[in-house]
Amino acid sequence: MKKAKWKRNFVRYRYIYLMLLPVLLYYAVFCYAPMGGIVIAFQNFKPALGIAGSKWVGLKHFVTFLTGPYAWRVIRNTLLLNVLQIVFAFPVPIILALMINEVHHKKYKKVVQTISYMPHFISLIVMCGLLITFCRSDGLFNDILVMLGFERTNLLAQPALFRPLYVMSGIWQEAGWGSIIYLATLSGIDPGLYEAATIDGASRFQKMRYISVPGLVPIIIVQLIMRIGNILTMGFEKVFLLYNPLTYDVADIISTFIYRQGLELSNYSFGTAVGIFNSVVNLVVLVTANTISRRVTEESLW
Amino acid sequence: MKKRLTKDKLFVAAVYVLLALLTVICLYPMWHVVMGSISDPIALLRHDGVLLRPLGFSMEGYRMVTKNPNIPIGYRNTILYVVLGTLLNMVLTVLGAYALSRKGYMFRRTITLLLVFTMYFNAGLVPNFLLVRSLGLYNSIGALLLPGAISTWNLIVMKTAFQTVPQSLEESARMDGANDFVILFRIFLPLSKATLAVMVLFYAVGHWSAWFNAMIYLRDRSKYPLQLIMREILISSSANASSDADVIFLEEVIRYATIVVSTVPVLCLYPFAQKYFMKGVMMGSVKE
Repeated sequence: MKKAKWKRNFVRYRYIYLMLLPVLLYYAVFCYAPMGGIVIAFQNFKPALGIAGSKWVGLKHFVTFLTGPYAWRVIRNTLLLNVLQIVFAFPVPIILALMINEVHHKKYKKVVQTISYMPHFISLIVMCGLLITFCRSDGLFNDILVMLGFERTNLLAQPALFRPLYVMSGIWQEAGWGSIIYLATLSGIDPGLYEAATIDGASRFQKMRYISVPGLVPIIIVQLIMRIGNILTMGFEKVFLLYNPLTYDVADIISTFIYRQGLELSNYSFGTAVGIFNSVVNLVVLVTANTISRRVTEESLW
Repeated sequence: MKKRLTKDKLFVAAVYVLLALLTVICLYPMWHVVMGSISDPIALLRHDGVLLRPLGFSMEGYRMVTKNPNIPIGYRNTILYVVLGTLLNMVLTVLGAYALSRKGYMFRRTITLLLVFTMYFNAGLVPNFLLVRSLGLYNSIGALLLPGAISTWNLIVMKTAFQTVPQSLEESARMDGANDFVILFRIFLPLSKATLAVMVLFYAVGHWSAWFNAMIYLRDRSKYPLQLIMREILISSSANASSDADVIFLEEVIRYATIVVSTVPVLCLYPFAQKYFMKGVMMGSVKE
């Protein structure tokens, strides 16, 4: 009886199952098979021996990482780079959107928007190449610094400048694009609120402060949680393109460390162990941010 | 009343000025590159500071770029990867999204959960790398296109878009004997054109700017995408700078010309894509 029901369901939805087939195949092979591969973190994995033949070593690699000299450096750099971005870069698109929202001259608004979105469409390689070119000792930034009385140096070889350059170039590339979502939210605010405030004698600034800003709060919180949830996965490519051995001390983050250990030095098991550490911490951070937000503001991702 | 109006005028003026300043900051680096690329190489080398107009005029940089055979090869490869990759992305995303938007079949909930879980937990770089190698995809186009063939995020967005299609349309089609494939292609896809356009845009831009998988999985330089060639010219070149005296004074002009050649095509598509930006970004903010 039950079997007949299954069969009926299968026949009735056969096309759905047919559509799902390639999709599930993709997830099985490229998402879940690597998850099975995680077990090599508990082995001394040698490709020639395979998973079955490699020696099991328990938590050795986790202990090596956490007690080793680089754990603190890469964790600190990952967190610091992200905190700096959240403090300095995250608010910029919000402020930009609030300002663009105050512009009533249609053409001016359009020009500002078009130009500020553009850097988003420059590929990361080109953006980093440009930054490196400008930072070289004969580059544009140095020319300007010399005019201001500083000495010529390769700016990207200076550990003290890596973080500011990283954050500022990110603002340059993404602030305009990031403002779109806030602008869209602002355009959804009931115009009646602004009219009522005008009648009550509110100034333009007061209307922005007491109507526009509160209207943005829910979307800001959602964006912030998502941003916090990305802390341990973001920035790999950009750090990889911009850092060099001179700046490893401030620039090396968990994901670049995994790359060098796991792929360049072929310490597969060690790299996998650090990767698991990264993924688990990421999950914990996201869930925590979401829970705090749900308690405090009633906004959450799930 | 009067005081308030003056204050408002000051506020608005400050906003306009500040925005003008920000726009200049956004635009200037790109302007500098374009002006630099058509400048006289020696004048450019001697020049310090900002470039408001080209220094002299020379196409030497572009001449050198066209002499570099890697750039057209990179272009050809990138176009191939963008077209095939986006096609694969779209087919899988649409099929998956349609299936997830339907109800009534077995395991629907389990499947949804399994898919969503991958957004929050990833096996990490090394297991993915070992998998691709053990599948025999090393040094092949498959290594670039198959991992990441579906963005779960886009799949969920597409599913949400499909769920807004009126039920009655589907029911009447079923009455006429249409199966799921017919319903998907004749009803759902035509009604979701804008969402599809945005998705094509996002997937295509992703393939256009991708380089990391190509770097770790490709051995043959003849398969390199444009971005990897660009990386050699713009980023790795400072490490192994050419000692050839004929070329060294051209280096800066070549860098600028390369950037222009590789970026202009995308910026040309930009005005056509712009109308979809708002929609695209809002789609990304749906909660699920």
